[in-house]
This record gives sequence, C-alpha cells and structure tokens, in this order.
Amino acid sequence: MTTQLEKNEPGLMAKAVKEGVFAGLIAFGMFLLFVGIETYQDINNQLVWRTRWGLLAIFVAIAAIGRFLTVGFIKPHLDSRKLAKAKSGVLEISDQKSFFHKHFLKIALLFLVCYPFLAMLIFGRQGSLKYVDNFGIQILIYVMLAWGLNIVVGLAGLLDLGYVAFYAVGAYSYALLSANFGFSFWLLLPLAGILAGFWGIILGFPVLRLRGDYLAIVTLAFGEIIRLVLINWTDVTRGTFGISGIAKASFFGIWSFDVGAANNFNKAWGLPSSSVYYKIFLFYVILALCLLTAYVTIRLRRMPIGRAWEALREDEIACRSLGINTVMTKLTAFATGAMFGGFAGSFFAARQGFVSPESFVFLESAVILAIVVLGGMGSLTGIAIAAVVMVGGTELLREMEFLKHVFGPDFTPELYRMLLFGLAMIIVMLFKPRGFVGSREPTAFLKERKAVSGSFTKEGHG
Amino acid sequence: MAGETLLKVQGVETYYGNIRALAGVDVDVNKGEIVSLIGANGAGKSTLMMTICGSPQARVGQVIFDGEDITKLPTHLIARKRIAQSPEGRRIFPRMTVLENLQMGANLDNLKYFKEDVEKIFVMFPRLKERQSQRGGTLSGGEQQMLSIGRALMARPKLLLLDEPSLGLAPLIVKGIFEAIKKLNKEEGLTVFLVEQNAFAALKLSDRAYVMVNGKVTMSGSGKELLANPEVRAAYLEGGRH
Repeated sequence: MTTQLEKNEPGLMAKAVKEGVFAGLIAFGMFLLFVGIETYQDINNQLVWRTRWGLLAIFVAIAAIGRFLTVGFIKPHLDSRKLAKAKSGVLEISDQKSFFHKHFLKIALLFLVCYPFLAMLIFGRQGSLKYVDNFGIQILIYVMLAWGLNIVVGLAGLLDLGYVAFYAVGAYSYALLSANFGFSFWLLLPLAGILAGFWGIILGFPVLRLRGDYLAIVTLAFGEIIRLVLINWTDVTRGTFGISGIAKASFFGIWSFDVGAANNFNKAWGLPSSSVYYKIFLFYVILALCLLTAYVTIRLRRMPIGRAWEALREDEIACRSLGINTVMTKLTAFATGAMFGGFAGSFFAARQGFVSPESFVFLESAVILAIVVLGGMGSLTGIAIAAVVMVGGTELLREMEFLKHVFGPDFTPELYRMLLFGLAMIIVMLFKPRGFVGSREPTAFLKERKAVSGSFTKEGHG
Repeated sequence: MAGETLLKVQGVETYYGNIRALAGVDVDVNKGEIVSLIGANGAGKSTLMMTICGSPQARVGQVIFDGEDITKLPTHLIARKRIAQSPEGRRIFPRMTVLENLQMGANLDNLKYFKEDVEKIFVMFPRLKERQSQRGGTLSGGEQQMLSIGRALMARPKLLLLDEPSLGLAPLIVKGIFEAIKKLNKEEGLTVFLVEQNAFAALKLSDRAYVMVNGKVTMSGSGKELLANPEVRAAYLEGGRH
C-alpha cells in the first residue's frame, strides 16, 4: 500500500493541489454573494451591505483543503484498501458480526429506555430538560414521522411530498377538539390518527392513477392546500396566530401535569415541582408510539397487505395480474401512513402546547422525506439512524456557541442546518446510494433464516 | 383430450384510443389443451392476451371463462378466477427474493398451499431452489422466466397464459421451459394458452394453434397441421431462419 502511494506521489500531489485550488475557486464564486456580502437594515431603516471577507475565506479554505485532502490522501487510501480487500478475496460481509452489531436493536432500545434518567443523572434536573426535550422527544417525533412516511414511500413506493399535511391534521385535530370540547389526550390520540387516516384516503382517491413525478406534485399541492386552509380559515383555526394553551397530556387521567391541579403528578409522588417530569413522561409516550409504529410496520410486512405494498412498489401490472386489488392496496398505504402522521401530530400539539401553520410548511415534508431516503427506503433501523443524525445534528448546531467566536457574534449556527442536510445527502448518496441501510430484510423463509449475502442484494439486470 | 371449452373469445375488438388493435377475434381454448397463438410483430397477440386479462378491456365482443362473462371485470378479479399470467417481459418483482416472488403468487389462497406448491415448483425448476433467497433482479433472464411461470403457477390456475416465454432466451433454456410446460400439461392437465414468436417451438408443443395477422385470426388448426402448412412455413418458419 505504501509503495503504491509513494509511486504515485509526485503526480498525485500536483493533481491534489490543482483540484484543491479549483474547488477553492468554485467555492469562492459560489459563496461570494451568499457569504461574502451581507445586507442588513441600519438605524434609518435603509438597506445597506457590508462585506465578510474573513468568513468567505474560511468557507473557501474549507472547500480547498477538503478537496486537497480527499484527492491527495483519503481517496488513494480507500482505493488501496479496496484493492487489498479484492486481492485477499474476503467478501465484504462476513457472517461473523461483532457483538454490538448483532445486538444493536436491543442495545438501542435499552439505551432509549434509560435515556431520560441518564440525562437527569449526568446533567441534573433542569440541565437534563434540554436533552430529554430537544434531543430525545424531537428526534423521536421525526423517527415516528419518517417511519410513517416509510410505509407510503419506502414500502408502497408512492412518492408523497405532502406528508406534513397529515401531521397538521393530527395536530389541529387535537388542538381544536381539546380546546372546544375538552376531550383528553388519550381519547384524541387515536381519534387524530383516524381523522388523519381519513384524509389519507381522501388524498388517495384522486391520485390512484398517478405515479412517480405526477403523484409527487399532487401530494405536494395537497400539503400546501391543507396549510393554506389552516391559515385562511381564521374562524376555526385562528389563522397564522395559531392555537395556544393546548391542554397537556395526563398520565392516563390518573395524574395531571397541570401545576394547579389537585392530582398533580409531582405532588402525588412528592417530587419537586419541575417540568422535567412531564417531559420524561412525554418521552416515554413518543417512544411507545414509535415502537407501535415499528411493530405495526414489521407485522404488516409479513401480512398479505404488506407484501402487496412491496410488490406494488416493484411492479403494478404484475400485481394486478396476480389478483391484487391495487386500488385498495394504495388506499391502505396512504391511510396507514397518514394515521401515524396523525398520531405524531396530536403528540406534537400536546407537547408544544401551541400549533400554528408555521410548523407545517413544505420544508418539514422535505426533511421527513430526506430522512427516509437517507436511511434507506424501507429500513426501519436506517431511518432511525438518519433521524438521529439529521435532527440531532440540527439540535447540536444550536449548541455550538463556540462557532460564534470563530464567525463573529452574529453567527447563528442553526441557520446552516440545511447545509448539514445537503452535506449528509451528498455523502450518503456518494458512498451508500441506497441509504444507510440499503439492504432489504426478506420476509419469506422456508426452513431457516438464511442471511442474504451482501453481494446478492445489489440491483441486477437480468 | 380436448374437453369442454374453458376460455371462449368471441368477436373481440380492442382499441388503444382510436386505433383498433384487435379486429374481431374468435379463439377457443378447451380444458386440458395447450393452445398457441403465433404471428408477426404487432399482429395483436399480446393485446389479445392483455384483453383476456381485462387491461385494456374489449370494446366489442365477449370473453367467457368457465361459462362466465369476464369481459368487463377488473384485472385483479379476473386473476382471482384463476387465470394466471406470466406477462410479457416477465415482470417479476426485482427487489424481492425468489421465495417472496412465489409467495406473491400464492396470495389468492392466503398461502394455504404455499409450502407444498413451492416444493413442486422447485422440483420443476431446480435452479429456483438454489436461488430461493436471492433477489429476483439478480437472476438471469432464463431464471427470471422460470420464476415468472412459477409465480403464475403458485396461484393454482385453471388457465395459464404465457406471453412470449422464449423472448430473449438461449435455445437450450427455451427448450427446458417448453418441456416444463408440456409436463405440466400432461401430468396435471393444466390448460395453457401461449403467445409466441418462436413459431416452430410453439407449434411443436401445442395441441392447437391460431395464426394472427393484423388483429385478425387468419388460420387455425392442430399444431402439426400448421407446421405442415406451406403458408405458415413461408411466413413464420422458413422466413425466420434467414
């Protein structure tokens, strides 16, 4: 390996420098206006601009040095490793998996169950609030949404760009019904799911004949319609002001988390008054909802309807010729996916205490879809990992106060979260075009579960 | 061998928009027969096959299966009458494993006979057994054709429709597949309706055959008769050997 590197060294270094300079030039051209120049309103309300050459220089340097390192060191290293592997004839996926790999799901679940208490132990009662709420609950909401969308996109292969509409339906169902009729969270949670499921069917009917791009555009429009209705139907939804003061979820009606209530949870258990217990409770609620989603998805995949979804994704005509009712299959996929979106929505409303159309913009749909695609369509584990990386990454950016010392006090790191998304997309699509977990777990076995070797799982052309 | 009529196509006309693809076709398939339909490209062979399956539906005429008019039924209900099809271009599910593909075929009975039927298919096509947990898309063309036929058979069909099973396959594999069809017909009494470009192989296999030209049936007879027919020889047999 080293000999090979040395042999290539002179030409390689020149090439790396050239590519690095080139990447720097491109970065300079791209970021000159976006980063190098900033506009703001001065005290007289006039729009003036100033330059940020330092910041621009950092961006250009990152691009140039990154490219230089990639071409000069990382790529040759990877190539030589691949070559060595190919020479030694070792298959990439061996049967011997590490302990962590084998028990990944159990470990992850155990960690999740202990997570709020670990956070409390490490960061104290108030300090853990951020970790339970911003990281734990936020990530799990997206995991659930992405798993719900996975049924529509990953299993049934119907590209849905308006998934956030069902999230909105769920959230507003809870907000409106609890505000107007005083129903409890535990009654409205299933109801919100059912209502969202109905909306899924309503969306499903007109798009039955559509596929691919056309379907995507109609679902996109559907998502926007729901949002615009929420904005403009001010009598009911209070428009852009949103609905605030939404009732909290209770502990199955036994204990309340309202501070003034007689059966207050903290008082009943003799705990100091802190909102962290409510957050921990919510954490377990969303964890349970996630597990429900995963369980239902896994079960359905083994049932005729789940098999039909997957077959539908592969070939609609073949499905019909095998006696599958494609209309029902598509509608159930839309309804099931939407139902989980509705669950997540009503949970979101209960957690937030406030809903407004702001929360249900197209960008949310795009983020959820991005998580599904990054994780590997159809793979629950991959999607969960993608959600942790993407949503957790976004939250981490908020934490990176030290970046302010680098980029100046006006720098708001979370504004760059889309950059993170883009970067993750590019990296994953370069190295794992089928997502983090690209392989698909077969559902049919005759005798023993035989793992499908990795070399057989790539798309073939027969 | 020929029993009562299983499939009766009567004066069927099928249109794609305003273009008439079938101009009044009459075809009968009796129980226990292998019937083939031969013809040149664009004669309407596959259209007839698709019309029997209800996609597109016949605008004029009737398709009667087992004494029941199925002309206007949607495709999936026609399939549930136990008309199984191995469609043109095979159309297996590429990302699903061989076993899952077969499972999809057995959906009509809710997998009641899945295990025994799979064993039967594996005896018929041992290659599929070797590759049972491999993804459909990674199979070779011949194996995909076997899988397509196997998947159709999993539905325990009364009538098997095969659309161009020899398309793009090496002669030796075609021979193997045709032998399997013949065996199914002999041993299980399966009725087969076959569309083929490979007229020679199809006629040798069939009890009866129809020749189709420009959306019409121009000739019919037993396989042997048509093989000996000078017109057929000129148009479909010797012509194809240039």
